[in-house]
Amino acid sequence: MELLVFVLASVMVLAGAIGVIAYNNPVHAALGLVLTLFGIAVHFVSMEAHFLAAVQVIVYAGAIVVLFLFVIMLLGVDRAEDLSVEPFQIQRPLAVIVGVAISGLVIAAVVRGRSTLGEQLKSGVPGDDNIRELARSLFSDNVFAFELTSVLLIVAVVGTVVLTRRQRGGASK
Amino acid sequence: MITLNRIPAADPVLEAESFWWQPLAVVGLKVLVVFVIGLVGTMFMVWFERKIVAGMQNRVGPNKAGPFGLLQTLADGTKLFFKEDLIPEKADPFVFRIAPFLAFVPAFLVWAVIPLGGDFTNGHDGTVTWFGEVTRVQLADPPIGVLLVLAMSSIAVYGVMLAGWSSGSKYPLLGSVRASAQMISYEAALGLSLAAVLMTAGTLSTSGIVSAQSSITNWHLLSTGIVPFVVFLIAMTAELNRPPFDLVEAEQELVGGFHTEYSSIRFALFFLAEFMNVISMSALLVTLFLGGPQPLYLGGTDIFAVLGPFGGTAWLLLKVFAFLYMYVWFRATLPRLRYDQLMNLGWKVLIPISLGWFILLAALQVARDSDVSGLRYSLVVAGCLIGIALAYMLFQAALNVARRNREAEGAAY
Repeated sequence: MELLVFVLASVMVLAGAIGVIAYNNPVHAALGLVLTLFGIAVHFVSMEAHFLAAVQVIVYAGAIVVLFLFVIMLLGVDRAEDLSVEPFQIQRPLAVIVGVAISGLVIAAVVRGRSTLGEQLKSGVPGDDNIRELARSLFSDNVFAFELTSVLLIVAVVGTVVLTRRQRGGASK
Repeated sequence: MITLNRIPAADPVLEAESFWWQPLAVVGLKVLVVFVIGLVGTMFMVWFERKIVAGMQNRVGPNKAGPFGLLQTLADGTKLFFKEDLIPEKADPFVFRIAPFLAFVPAFLVWAVIPLGGDFTNGHDGTVTWFGEVTRVQLADPPIGVLLVLAMSSIAVYGVMLAGWSSGSKYPLLGSVRASAQMISYEAALGLSLAAVLMTAGTLSTSGIVSAQSSITNWHLLSTGIVPFVVFLIAMTAELNRPPFDLVEAEQELVGGFHTEYSSIRFALFFLAEFMNVISMSALLVTLFLGGPQPLYLGGTDIFAVLGPFGGTAWLLLKVFAFLYMYVWFRATLPRLRYDQLMNLGWKVLIPISLGWFILLAALQVARDSDVSGLRYSLVVAGCLIGIALAYMLFQAALNVARRNREAEGAAY
């Protein structure tokens, strides 16, 4: 049962990931991303991390990708791009290097942390306690980082507003 | 015998180490009931709305198909099935096809977490026994309960957005951009007012929230103060794209909004999803604020006690019905808002109010949890009030500055 769920969810994740790269149309690529995020949410559910699954769907699928789509639609870039023209020559080699480096990092982290990951799973608490545990750690041990992140977001929002705001004639009195 | 371990137990019936046909029968029956309620309820909701609006406008309304025109929706639905299914030439065929389902499926899934009945009288926890199995009268009771509803409502945005984009035509696109902006904006106010309930109840699970509202003074309508309820109601109406917030399909401006290019059964799916959302969100509102299937004791007696195990369901239906009527009433009486009024209401009124009220409730909760004496408690209350007054003044000052800047730049309205 668990294996079946794992395989199905993994197929979703991988198909979505391939879709993001392979589709020419940005809207289709964004939909591929949604599929990937859903697959990850299914993985979370099967590991009894219900809260993370819900947050994954609400925040990533519900807010972030919707924002992507919004931008794509508003800018009207929802047509397939001609990939043979390359405005930045160095972009593709750099992308390959960064991609390989990140994959390497993830694989290294999983290999190194294999033993400790298993131990933490055993002590995990399912259900409502799961959420409580998460909240306790977020608002006690890691509260500083948590608050800093929110400040960072505010700064980003204010910065965007200030940068996009044009001073028109008559505004400066 | 089937043995399933480590299934995420969304239902007490599935928690057993090994089980035979009874749990499967119970779950199957519940799936069927939820599905049928969803469809039949929607059918009658359409009829109900047409009939009430007709009554309010001094018309007769549907009266030909079946008694009182009850089967009119069925006739319309059948007609839609047999109409030509048109896909515009400029449409994106794949996305155009899946968009109606993205709107329809979330509308159905919300039903899964709503307690549709059960025995909550005298402090029972709402479980019932069917075929010798202990279960709840709700399809699933996951620990994240209400978050599932939020997740579904954020998925429903995709249906609207992709439908508009994939139609390859400008009115649907404008309609869908409007719709998704509106839904995203009001989701924030919705979530914040919901958070007040979750904090008071201390749980995310819908059955837990219902259990926490054992008497009318415990109903979250009163125990959170009326404010979150009102904010939730308004935000929900906007989220459902119901009048007076139906800018999404403002016929005078956008032809029909995001589903202009849809016809036949695909249009029917959008239509169905819209009305089903009205019912399921009303049921959610009742669950969160009015105790769901909890009975209301009028003079010490539960008037639906004669129905026995179905008493809870009767209460839920009665409460949901009141809100359905209210929605129809809104539609018949309120004029549509202008787009800037809509955004002003969402961002400058509802979100600050719900956020402020949430913080106030949190402060009072902390004061109560730490068992402070009467005098200290009133000090906390006074501090909160001063804080709110200060925040309100700052907020108004910021709004005034922003308005003055806009007017200086030549904005005229």
